[in-house]
Amino acid sequence: MKLEFLMQLVVNGLILGTLYGVVAMCFTLIYKASQIVNFAQGEFLLIGAWVCWWILTSFPVPFYAGFLLTLAFMMVFGILLQVLVLRPMIGEPVIAVIMVTIGLSIFFQAMMKWLFGVFVQPFPPIFESSAVSVMGLNVQPIYLLSVVISICIMVAFALFFKYSRLGLAMRATAFDQQVAQSLGISVKQMFALSWAISAMVSALAGVVVGIVNGVSAALSFFGIKVFPAVILGGLDSIIGAVVGGLIIGLLENLAEYVDGQWLHLGNLYQVVPFYVLVVILMVRPYGLFGTAKIERV
Amino acid sequence: MALSLVPCGQFKTTYASDTTLFATPLSRNLVIAGVILLALVPLKIGGVAPVSDYVIALLIQIGYLGIAALGLNILVGFTGQISLGHSAFFGFGAFASAWLGNTFGIPVFFTIPLAGILTTAVGMIVGIPAARIKGLYLAIATLASQFILQDFFARAEWFTGGSSGSIAEPFSLFGLTLAGDRQYFYVVLAYVVIMYLFASNMLRTRDGRALVAVRDHYLSAEVMGINLTKYRILSFGISSFYAGVGGALFAHYLQYVSIEGFDILLSIQFLAMIIIGGLGSVMGSLLGTIFMVLLPEVMEALIGALQSTSWGNVPAVTDGLAYLKEAAIGLAIVLFLIFEPDGLAHRWRLIKAYWKLYPFSF
Repeated sequence: MKLEFLMQLVVNGLILGTLYGVVAMCFTLIYKASQIVNFAQGEFLLIGAWVCWWILTSFPVPFYAGFLLTLAFMMVFGILLQVLVLRPMIGEPVIAVIMVTIGLSIFFQAMMKWLFGVFVQPFPPIFESSAVSVMGLNVQPIYLLSVVISICIMVAFALFFKYSRLGLAMRATAFDQQVAQSLGISVKQMFALSWAISAMVSALAGVVVGIVNGVSAALSFFGIKVFPAVILGGLDSIIGAVVGGLIIGLLENLAEYVDGQWLHLGNLYQVVPFYVLVVILMVRPYGLFGTAKIERV
Repeated sequence: MALSLVPCGQFKTTYASDTTLFATPLSRNLVIAGVILLALVPLKIGGVAPVSDYVIALLIQIGYLGIAALGLNILVGFTGQISLGHSAFFGFGAFASAWLGNTFGIPVFFTIPLAGILTTAVGMIVGIPAARIKGLYLAIATLASQFILQDFFARAEWFTGGSSGSIAEPFSLFGLTLAGDRQYFYVVLAYVVIMYLFASNMLRTRDGRALVAVRDHYLSAEVMGINLTKYRILSFGISSFYAGVGGALFAHYLQYVSIEGFDILLSIQFLAMIIIGGLGSVMGSLLGTIFMVLLPEVMEALIGALQSTSWGNVPAVTDGLAYLKEAAIGLAIVLFLIFEPDGLAHRWRLIKAYWKLYPFSF
């Protein structure tokens, strides 16, 4: 019985972990391309989920059409955000860049509450939600789908950066902006592109979580939970983001298990990632896969 | 007397006059006059109060938040260490002061500075990562400490009273209990004056200049014999002392401390205060606090005006108007960073420079 419960938690952890991984990947994409730490990443999920929910509940469109419209909206949104807000911040000190994304995060969170209210709104049913049994464990079909989608996104990211011309240009920009510019790559366009991709993929993750748990302001907490994952993996490593996301997802669920079985502290799983975060920052600030900057601090 | 009130040029002949607290006797006299004027604000003339209770409450709020904001400015603006967990220290100070009073029976007069000292200890522990990391990573580490401390508030019932919160005694001195906002106002005013004078003076000493050197170029600072680890952790300590005192004043003002409210949003509001006021400016901290305290009031007035028009009948517009206040905070941060990155203090300097050279500004 206990073992079964543990297995269930491990599976849940892996599913949650892949979602963290996808969001962490979007976060890393922006950081790699434009050296901006995006504290508004969670709001991308929130906005994507709300927009998709609004389209599906207000217009008689099938799910895939609404979903594609959401992606199109998020692309425009990401580009506009970069051009209007983040472009003036190029060359400003770290604190200004951090604060501008924090300001955006507060602004969008409040606007979403204003437009859509504070209550959890369920998505219109898309799949018949009978749990599927995989190796004796109950798993919701949407969770399975979310894992499949997440893995598809990760593979698509890898292929895009490895084989496409744009992906190569983005890698060049991340490597050295001046060199990239002298080779005829528009660095500004690459920045905008990275924000657009990040917003789109985050919105996708937001829709998946929204279908499972319903859409509410709680979605934006993903943006904060992503920090332990990216720091663990290394701030500038996309593979690290995925691995970090998986580890943090597992850790959260295992902490819940340990807490429930022995410690009985309650809510331990919410804080554990942050303790891990502090320890990693003290011991190995560049994470598992990040580039170690050799500098005396 | 010339047209301008400030001499238009630098006529300093000694280092002492270069680092003096007030550039001219006039500016010193103006500050003293301002403090005296504030001291007259709560007085009643013939039983009639010229200033309403509401304004007094706002001024007290500006006072205790301003002290905490100054602490954050010493850390972020002067030492260049980013902290996203300031409200946790503010909350710790509030709980510590209430706890000291309730558990040990220490008079409130002493619990406020003692709470500051306790918070200093916590701040220095939280600041330890600053010895190894900086910039972005430090911001994320302090974000983690914010959540960890918030979790601690919810768990430590012996300290905070858990979800029911804790009662803080009203301010008393040698058996004399201050009643009401109008008397408590003087306590806050005294603390604001002492804390702002202390900060301005500290920044003129070796330690204060060391903090600025750490911000401007940490390698050069180290070459000049400044112990980076010591000054980074010291800066966290000073900053949390200010936050602790501000929190304690807040606790004894409301006389009740709840575990809610010391969340990440308040931390961000503190950061917004110092960014809007001006990073690395003592007076800027106060200007930014005034801006952030008055912003919701202005929004309230705007919403009231909106509701009296025909828009007020549309439920979709009026339902969530409270969130517009929150959105205004975020928008203010973004707009200030894009259009006025040096804050209100910079604008104030520009105005002063304009009048200094008034008729012939070339």
